[in-house]
Amino acid sequence: MTGAPAGFRTPLSRARGLGAAKHGVGHFIADRVSGLALIPLSIWAAYAGLKLAAGGYVLAVEWLARPLNAVLLSLFVVAGFTHLRLAMQVVIEDYVEGFVSKSSLLILNYLVCVLGAALGVFAILKVALPGVL
Amino acid sequence: MTEASPGVRERPLSPHLGVWRWHVTMLGSILHRACLMGLYAGALVLAGWAVALASGDQAYGAYVGLLGSLPGKLVLLGLTFALFFTVASNARHLMWDTGRGFAPRTADMITIAGIVFALVATAVVWVIAGQTGGLS
Repeated sequence: MTGAPAGFRTPLSRARGLGAAKHGVGHFIADRVSGLALIPLSIWAAYAGLKLAAGGYVLAVEWLARPLNAVLLSLFVVAGFTHLRLAMQVVIEDYVEGFVSKSSLLILNYLVCVLGAALGVFAILKVALPGVL
Repeated sequence: MTEASPGVRERPLSPHLGVWRWHVTMLGSILHRACLMGLYAGALVLAGWAVALASGDQAYGAYVGLLGSLPGKLVLLGLTFALFFTVASNARHLMWDTGRGFAPRTADMITIAGIVFALVATAVVWVIAGQTGGLS
């Protein structure tokens, strides 16, 4: 460590260098942009859910084979998991104390969201592109 | 020893929850966060739905059967509300980001409007689902 021993340092001196991680703006913008994208996508998803609930397996496969449906549902999954990862990250940062448990949960949150999005998009493509995947 | 520089006054603490009056923007904020936590599970349910569909007729039937059971329907009902309330909240926060809508009365009104929108939209979706055979 450089500088004076901790006891002789002023609060301001300690705050410098231990302040914000400079990731806040990126988080904020990603949160708002994914949130904005999710406004029309969510309303479309509710409409899609109504259609799919009224039919069975065959209808769902035919529905997902349409390019627009496959693309919009993929975007809904990706934008959703992006938005929810950011939301969960803030909740963990707010309520979980301790470096190890906080870091572990943040990493778990990240991995769960990437896994969920990857599974969702791959499954959508598999149904949308029969014979290709 | 130099923890607090001489001359720095005691800073006021934020009001304790016990003397804090409930207001609707507070409810909106808490509800927004609660809905997002619910939707976290909902997103995993959606990913599971896609995987079940990709796994074939039988897997899809079993998965949809689970969603169509009474507990499944209750979860989906809650998720419908959470989805619509989050839509309203995101729109509200985008408006607040422009610096508008912070007057207490306006802030209260658009928060109430969000809750009402979510309740009405949820009711509409489930009534339509009932009429189109989505609930059977």
